[in-house]
Formats: sequence, structure tokens, C-alpha cells
Amino acid sequence: MPILEVENLCKTFGRTSVLKKINLSLEQGQALSIIGSSGSGKTTLLRCLNFLETPDAGIIRVNGETLFDAADPAAQKESSIRKKRLHFGLVFQSFNLFPQYTALENVMLAEKLLAAERPDFKAKKKEILEQIEAQAADLLAQMGLSNRMKNYPHQLSGGQCQRVAIARALALHPDILCFDEPTSALDPELTGEVLRVIRELADKNTTMIIVTHEMAFARDVADHVIFMDDGTIVEQGTPLEVFENPKEERTRQFLSHYRQG
Amino acid sequence: MQLILEQMPVVINALNTGFIQTLKLFFVTLIGAFPLGLLIAFGSMSRFRPLSGFTRLVVWIVRGTPLMIQLLIIYYFPGLVLDNPIWGGGETGRFLAASTAFIINYACYFSEIYRGGIQGVPIGQEEAGLVLGMTKSQIFFRIKLLQMIKRIVPPMSNEIITLVKDTALARIIALQEVIFAGQSFLKGSHGISGAIWPLFFTAFYYLIFNGLLTLLLGWLEKKLDYFR
Repeated sequence: MPILEVENLCKTFGRTSVLKKINLSLEQGQALSIIGSSGSGKTTLLRCLNFLETPDAGIIRVNGETLFDAADPAAQKESSIRKKRLHFGLVFQSFNLFPQYTALENVMLAEKLLAAERPDFKAKKKEILEQIEAQAADLLAQMGLSNRMKNYPHQLSGGQCQRVAIARALALHPDILCFDEPTSALDPELTGEVLRVIRELADKNTTMIIVTHEMAFARDVADHVIFMDDGTIVEQGTPLEVFENPKEERTRQFLSHYRQG
Repeated sequence: MQLILEQMPVVINALNTGFIQTLKLFFVTLIGAFPLGLLIAFGSMSRFRPLSGFTRLVVWIVRGTPLMIQLLIIYYFPGLVLDNPIWGGGETGRFLAASTAFIINYACYFSEIYRGGIQGVPIGQEEAGLVLGMTKSQIFFRIKLLQMIKRIVPPMSNEIITLVKDTALARIIALQEVIFAGQSFLKGSHGISGAIWPLFFTAFYYLIFNGLLTLLLGWLEKKLDYFR
């Protein structure tokens, strides 16, 4: 059974149709790259998966559980959406770290708040908090940020910020980790360190969806590639199929811009 | 000069009493207007049109008319027009009326500062919180509030310092604050009459208090400098 299934997902903003019947599925442990020009609907798709946008039609299933069904308004209550979001993690283009918290606190905050809802929290408070802190420190170490844990976001470089953001998303153990152009706000020098971290996650079979303009990276890291244009999936397949033998004219056109550049 | 020195202890005593009333009005206004302003800010940002329309209308009226008129209306309207003197008589009644007028007036100014502060926090902060499974109230209190406070401290400092001086307006309904106390020596009080210097002297009270406030607010601004 696929970990993620998306059926006929549609989204319009006013009169603009941004997503037109998107169908996709993703297997556990796979990395999916979504490529396409700006405005093709890639980011909107990720935002729909993370319940930052409400699709107008379609179904989203994770592990066979229907998380969203546009035909069933009962499934769209804010209170139930909150827990459903936790199936997904999202790393933003602009990091969106919390500026008043240190790197470590950024990673711990959400987990601490969720832990406080546990029935046994009062009894085992100290133990739970220590565990959360240890896990957060461990994640930051994995990101190569052991010596930056006590720093505030404004004291970190863009690449370091984005790695903190990745650790923050991982801390909640999402089923599927989504990246929304994670390196678009970084200069080329810092892009490498972030891509390296994402590649390590792929090597550990983290289930991921990566929206990116880094073609070489998309091709390299992904098990599956989707090319989107004008709100539809034009072409999909293995990196080899999409990058080396694109069947569609539109895909060829798009990729040729990158070859020249 | 000799005379002034002789009058000084009596005058200072009276001015101190007046200034305590000034301070009471100042602090009561702040305590009331801080939360009320936040409510008004939420009201004016509400997606429920009748509510946001109504609050914006109120803010427009309150900010568009002199505080002195508002003081007079709030103090005299219930008793003289509605025949229902809700404030009661004496200094207590005047203080209640003045506090009410000041709280409403300053809450409206504060609400606009809050609104700027809230809307100045990037939308990505809320989205990051949502994606991490936080509730709306956790996002507000744990993420946005401090960023908002940082943004509003400088404009708030301005309003707070203006408020210190605006309390003098309560003189119009004869609240016995420091200006009232200073002025009383013109007509005659405590055996002193025809003295204008106590009225001028009240300026030092405002000046010194505002100096202290400036230091305090500057310290707060520095305190919040640890993040950007």
C-alpha cells in the first residue's frame, strides 16, 4: 500500500485554476521530486498536503487513512486538521524559524507543546522534557549544528537556518517530509550544505517530497520525478525516464532551459 | 525669592498630593487600555464584517475627536442628559469618569499599534506553527506575541509618554491632579494666593516622571534586542 495517495486534487484561487485533478502516489521510503516552472502549482500542492490550503476537490490518503475528502465536510474541522497535519512535515523556502528562540528551542517547541497534552505529562514531566531535549540535540548534531544549538536564528547563516528548520520538521517524526524549494533563498555556496543534508535523509529512506529548481539534485536524489505545468502533472517516472527520455514536448522544452544554463 | 522658599514646603506637599492623582489616572489608564486595546485590535481585524466595521467606526470617532470633549461628554452626559448620574459625586466620581474616558481613548490608539504589530509578523511564522501542529492560541502566545511586543515597544513608548501629559486634560472636569493643585494657589489655597509659580513648577513633575519612563522603556527595548 502506498504511504501517500492523492486523488483528483483541485484548487482554484478566484478564477485561476492552480491544481487540476492531480493524482499521485508515493511509497514508503521513497523520495519524490516535483519540478516545473514557477506558477505550475508545485508549491500549492505541498501546501494542500500540509493543510495550509484547502483543496476544492479531491482526496488525500496517508497509510490508507483518508485525511482529506472535499466531499466530506466533517473531515475538515480545524481541531481534527491539527493532528492530521502531523503526518506531514514542511520545510519552507524562507525557513520561518521562530526568531525569539534558539536553534535548540526551535526544534523542541512543538514537541514540548504536544507532550503537554499527554495524560502522563504531569507525572513524568522532567523525564519527558529531558528526552525531548536529547532528541533535539541529536537531530541538530545530525545536521552538523552541535556548536550552534544556543544561537538565535539571526546569528546563523541561511544554510544553517534551513538545517535547523529541517531538524525542527524531523523532530515530530512526520510520515512524509515536504521541502518547498529549500535552497531557493540561499546562495550557491550555502545550497550545497542543505542539499547534502537532504541527500543523507534520502539515503536513510526518509519518505520525502521535494519541490526544487535544482535539476541535478532532483535527478540525483529522487526515486520518482514529477514534472508539473499549469496545474497538471505533465509527465512522471524515474529520474532517468523524465530527464533523459522525456516523452512530452513541454518537458523537453522546460529541461532545455536548464541544459543551456 | 524669599517668599517662594517660604511657600515651597506647603506647595510641594499639595503638588505631591495632586501628582499622586495624576499617577493613579496614568496607571489605571494603562492597565485598562492595554487589554481593551487588544480586544479592539482583534475586533477590527475580524473577518466578521459587522464587527470589524463597528470597531473601526468607534476607533475613527474616538481618534477623530478631542479627548477633552470625550471627557466632558462622558462625565456630564449621564447626569445632565440622561438624568442618571452614574459616576456619583465628588473626586471619586470624577476619577471614575476620567479613567473611563482615558481608557477608551487610549485603547483605540493602542489597538492601531497592536494591529500594526500583529500584521507585521510575517505570515510564515503562523504557517510554521500550524505545520508543527500548534493550536491558534499556542501560535499567538508562544510565537507571535513576543515578536509583536518587540515591534510595538517604540510606538507604544510614544503613546505612553503622551499619556503622562494628557492626564492634565482631566483638569477640565476638575479632577484634582497636579495641574489642579498648582492652579489652586492662584485663587488662594493653604493661605497662599496669587502665586503663579506653583503652576509652572508642575512641569518638573511631568519632566522627571517622563525621564524615568524613557529610561524604563529604553531598557525594555534593549531587553528585546536579543532577537531580530
